[in-house]
Amino acid sequence: MNKPFAITLDVGSSLLNKTGSWRTERPVYLDRLPPCNNACPAGENIQAWLYHAEEGRYEQAWREIMKNNPFPAVMGRVCYHPCEKACNRVHLDDAVGINSVERFLGDQALREGWQVAPGEDTGKRVMVVGAGPAGLACAYHLRSLGHQVTVYEASAQAGGMVRYGIPKYRMPRQKLKAEIRRIEEMGVEIVLNTRIDDIQGFKQANGFDALFLAIGAQQPKRVEIPSDESIQQLDAVGLLRAIEEEEHVALRGRVVVYGGGNTAIDVARSAIRMGATQVTLLVYEAREKMPAHEMEIAEALEEGVEILPLRAIREIRDGSLKLEQMVDGEGQWPQASGQFENFQADLVVQALGQQVETDLLQGLVGARIEDDALQVDVEMKSGCEGVFAGGDMVPSARTVTTAIGHGKHAARSIDAWLRGEQYRKPVKHELVEIDKMNTWYYTDAPRTVRPMLDIVRRQSGFAEVVGDLDEINAAYEARRCMSCGNCFECDNCYGVCPDNAITKLGPGNRFEFKYDYCKGCGMCATECPCGAIKMEPESI
Amino acid sequence: MPHQQVKFYQTGTLTVGNRLLDKAQRTVQATMDRSNSLDSGHRACQGCGEALGARYAIDAAMRATDNQLIAANATGCLEVFTTPYPESAWRIPWMHSLFGNAPSVATGIAAALRVKGRQDVRVIAQGGDGGTTDIGFGALSGMFERNDDVLYICYDNQAYMNTGVQRSSATPGSARTATTMPLGAEPGAEFDKGKNVPLIAMAHGIPYVATASVDRLHDLEAKVEKAMSIRGARYIQVFVPCPLGWGSKPADTVKVARLAVESGLYPLFEAEYGELTSATKIRRKLPVADYLKLQRRFAHTLKSETQLARLQAVADNNIRRFGLIDEQGD
Repeated sequence: MNKPFAITLDVGSSLLNKTGSWRTERPVYLDRLPPCNNACPAGENIQAWLYHAEEGRYEQAWREIMKNNPFPAVMGRVCYHPCEKACNRVHLDDAVGINSVERFLGDQALREGWQVAPGEDTGKRVMVVGAGPAGLACAYHLRSLGHQVTVYEASAQAGGMVRYGIPKYRMPRQKLKAEIRRIEEMGVEIVLNTRIDDIQGFKQANGFDALFLAIGAQQPKRVEIPSDESIQQLDAVGLLRAIEEEEHVALRGRVVVYGGGNTAIDVARSAIRMGATQVTLLVYEAREKMPAHEMEIAEALEEGVEILPLRAIREIRDGSLKLEQMVDGEGQWPQASGQFENFQADLVVQALGQQVETDLLQGLVGARIEDDALQVDVEMKSGCEGVFAGGDMVPSARTVTTAIGHGKHAARSIDAWLRGEQYRKPVKHELVEIDKMNTWYYTDAPRTVRPMLDIVRRQSGFAEVVGDLDEINAAYEARRCMSCGNCFECDNCYGVCPDNAITKLGPGNRFEFKYDYCKGCGMCATECPCGAIKMEPESI
Repeated sequence: MPHQQVKFYQTGTLTVGNRLLDKAQRTVQATMDRSNSLDSGHRACQGCGEALGARYAIDAAMRATDNQLIAANATGCLEVFTTPYPESAWRIPWMHSLFGNAPSVATGIAAALRVKGRQDVRVIAQGGDGGTTDIGFGALSGMFERNDDVLYICYDNQAYMNTGVQRSSATPGSARTATTMPLGAEPGAEFDKGKNVPLIAMAHGIPYVATASVDRLHDLEAKVEKAMSIRGARYIQVFVPCPLGWGSKPADTVKVARLAVESGLYPLFEAEYGELTSATKIRRKLPVADYLKLQRRFAHTLKSETQLARLQAVADNNIRRFGLIDEQGD
């Protein structure tokens, strides 16, 4: 006994006392699905690329986008950003400007000349029909996976509806060209001016192992209006294509656009720019039921487009339209009222939607065409062996982003099929709701508003309407992301644990619970800002 | 275009850590090598605010003194749950004392260090509100009056928790304790009793007095660091919710503290030589009921308009007196 006076025991540490045995509930770290990622039709991991952008690591952010979407500069312009509608930040101030950051990253990549390497050669050859967003996205992903890809396009330029359907003021052509060029530089061959009528025969004759079809929906839907030919009638798709090909288009005088979708808005806004004196949108539906995107409608109104909702054109006679007033009811479609009025016009453009050119699909044995679309299964397979399809020609929302998502999904399915396997989408995490988060911790930050082109210049030319973020405010905007559902290493759990029962594993490696000592108080879960910890009952 | 800094840091200084902040602005608690002065295995209840507050404060003091620290501890929960002989959860030189004499013991340690010429080793005394505001009050006042080189930290959970939740002189009006039951015309503790020790400490004219809360880590650490940069008698009172004594959920400890601060019931301020020098602003002002409803000790106040009004008046008075809300907004 070599101890001081009155000391009989050695000093021990409390670590001998495993307080974990007190626990009835245990905290566990989990990843939940953020609503933006959930909403993205192209399946982008938005939160992950915002995370890189927050620290100004723009190239890494861009590469994260490129895992799922080869068109950030296009997306940052023409995507209707369902991600922002889903964003949880609306419960605090305003949604994160995801679209504007994506556009900045896309443009930054073009400025810096960032490239993507193709995958290791597999020796397989895939044919893609249609160089629109679906076809090009599919080609890009297939090339990333190492396959040889040739894309056949009937038009003189690649880009599909992004080029021939979306006017320049929304989608400057040099950006589109540059992003397509980048795909070509990976080794994807794009053959233009080549319409293929016997698709199946062409595939076999040229020895392709698989085929991805993405011919879009390019044929205008028309209604027959009794007419004495006193007013010229055009269709929207043909008109937008003619503008793109810089053919002479007389879009002057009093222009009436018949339809309430995004294409109708595109035509109306183009007409303003080409010097029409009066542009009126005649819409069958009620104003609030117009299918066009709200922001597009707002911008069109700013530019002077007039909207007359609940109108149907019944007849064209003596340079005048006979309109019937419609009544919005409970049902899906408005009802005729029997009230008529006359409307003076010089030109009518029908913008009533598009359909798939199904003639091209006749030779595909087993392909099923229903409801004006080629039917595909969950793997984007048509009924015809080795033929996959996507984009506007299959049942979908018919947006660019959806098409890009189809392209990716099809590429992964084709890749699996070529190896004799089946592609299974990874299981999604559970969605994180705002009530699972502790939003106290996020500081107030108003959204960065993108500059808009002066109204006079918008009315007189095709210059891009919406401006850019710069490096500073792109990082700022990215930092508004709350990282819903996924740990962003704020150290809150590590700090607030009264039992020091969490180990910090270092930057990028997150944390670990010391279950020997965790008493299960649940403070970490309550104070986790982003909802990445949940309490589970302990099995006793 | 003119160069501008990105000023926004996602969670700013509200979270414990933030990778977007400069290293110097990050907390001690966010570092991987924090001293964990109060280690795992202690026997505090689930969600103990005092265990949390003690680790926050002592870890910050350890960093501020380059780990040259000795602490004297008053009897109370903090002692009982950390150090059932011969085991201890403390990883610092730590000395047990009686309920009432921690300030005197610390004074003695400081005197011994002075005699030995050890300027580098600093002294902390700590205890709960009972040991500080009641039992050890005479010793504390003496330590202040002599301006001994000790930082006294009081972990304020507003009653004698260790012995079974009896009222102390830090118990707020209307709170239920074992000795102030919610019965009769004025249920719970009486209003206009008790003492405000931070203000009494200021009246001693000592170099530094501050109040802090476990929900404001950056604020708390800054105050401890500031205190350790000063010689002489200093006093910090940390608000530490007690799930057991207050009847709140263990998971809500930090939340309860946050609501106390945000409602104005627990003003956070600093004072030097008897003068108020700063107040921590309320971020989003909340009614006191939001704070009260998380705790069973206040359950009866939600049914009494008079009590609710009195508590709200206390909060409003604090806001006015300490300037807890910026007139211009932020």
